[in-house]
Amino acid sequence: MSSKQHTNLIDALAADLVPVRRLHSPGLRAAFWLAVVSAFALGLYLAYDITNLLIRMEHVPGTKIALGAAIATAVLGAIAVFQLSLPDRSPRWGFLPIPALAFWLGASGLGCVNRLEALPEMRWYTLLEAPDCLIYIVALSIPLSTLLIFMLRRGYTLYPGLTSVAGGIAVAAAASALLEIFHPFDAAGTDILVHAFAIALVIGVNRWLGGRLLNKQGHL
Amino acid sequence: MERLGVCSIYLMLRIGQELFPLSSEREGTDAPSSSDERWSGLMVAAQAGDRLAYHSVLREIVPMIERAARRKGVTGVSVDDVVQEVLSSIHNARHTYDPARSFTAWVTTIAQRRALDLLRKQTRQGSRERHAPLAYESYAEPDMATDRGLDESDKARILREAIAELGEGQREAVEHLALRELSLAEASRLTGKSTGALKVNLHRAMKALRTRLGGQI
Repeated sequence: MSSKQHTNLIDALAADLVPVRRLHSPGLRAAFWLAVVSAFALGLYLAYDITNLLIRMEHVPGTKIALGAAIATAVLGAIAVFQLSLPDRSPRWGFLPIPALAFWLGASGLGCVNRLEALPEMRWYTLLEAPDCLIYIVALSIPLSTLLIFMLRRGYTLYPGLTSVAGGIAVAAAASALLEIFHPFDAAGTDILVHAFAIALVIGVNRWLGGRLLNKQGHL
Repeated sequence: MERLGVCSIYLMLRIGQELFPLSSEREGTDAPSSSDERWSGLMVAAQAGDRLAYHSVLREIVPMIERAARRKGVTGVSVDDVVQEVLSSIHNARHTYDPARSFTAWVTTIAQRRALDLLRKQTRQGSRERHAPLAYESYAEPDMATDRGLDESDKARILREAIAELGEGQREAVEHLALRELSLAEASRLTGKSTGALKVNLHRAMKALRTRLGGQI
């Protein structure tokens, strides 16, 4: 290969040039995705009675913290994923949602332990109800993941795997936070294992599917 | 605790600045700022569809891409492979360039990443291939007889000439799909031809090359 080959390619690329619409800033794109999540939340708020959530937030310690941490994880995950969707951004953006994620999982786990110690009879109740949580989290994740991957395809990531994982974290956290609106019992724990499984499943599917779709943006 | 608070505020300010940049600062450039601003202007014009500006900026950044690739440890002809990949990547990612940021940093980051991709690919290939010099000494080349008298440069020249004699569509298909090993989708984007047409052209080109070269290569 030589400079002649480069010239040929440059000629071909210039001949192929068509005007493009510049991508909006990652902050704006993250805000749009989070606005869609907020619209889901509003819809659920209007459709369900949130008295249960308010009572839990008032009386169950840790509920507010776990919910706040889940929302923070979703927000930071969305910011990270749209930063990573640009080729000139550092892969270190992938670390942005990690502290909030650790805090969220930690607060949820701690809440679970406290709850089971205080009310051991809840253990069976929650385990019977737990599969519903899995279905809800997965069902809420599907439209959010679809929108996220669609928006990411407009970008050009150099790190498809990392971007997909960050996207999976944002989607899982958003879906879990939305679930709390109509969740019948303690948000902070009780069904932590099923929640953790659902979150891992959502992140895994996003990693697999997102990685495959975003990889097509070009690799050697 | 106070230090933690200061760190948090600093982090939030940095994130805010990244998300909603207020100034047109140009970080991470290794080119004079005049060049960076000129290239940035050309790229903005290219985003609007200016082919001349696009041609100029791509031509001018080739040395910078080569430097970035060499700095990552790419050597020899592989540098050209990185240049080709980076040029294609820039073409596909041109809508993501934000003129508020450094163009040089944008290109350099893509070049460094593509250089690392190439090095990883070479490492993977190297780990799959076994070094067994005795194998070559023990067994004759199956097509040794037809190969006699031709060294590598002769073969390359004959092949180049044969490709050059192909029709434009067939030559394009061979260059993009066989020589540069682009995917059908990428070649389709570059040439503006459908993947079906590219496949047909490649098939016909291979047939023509086989007929033309016979046992020479």
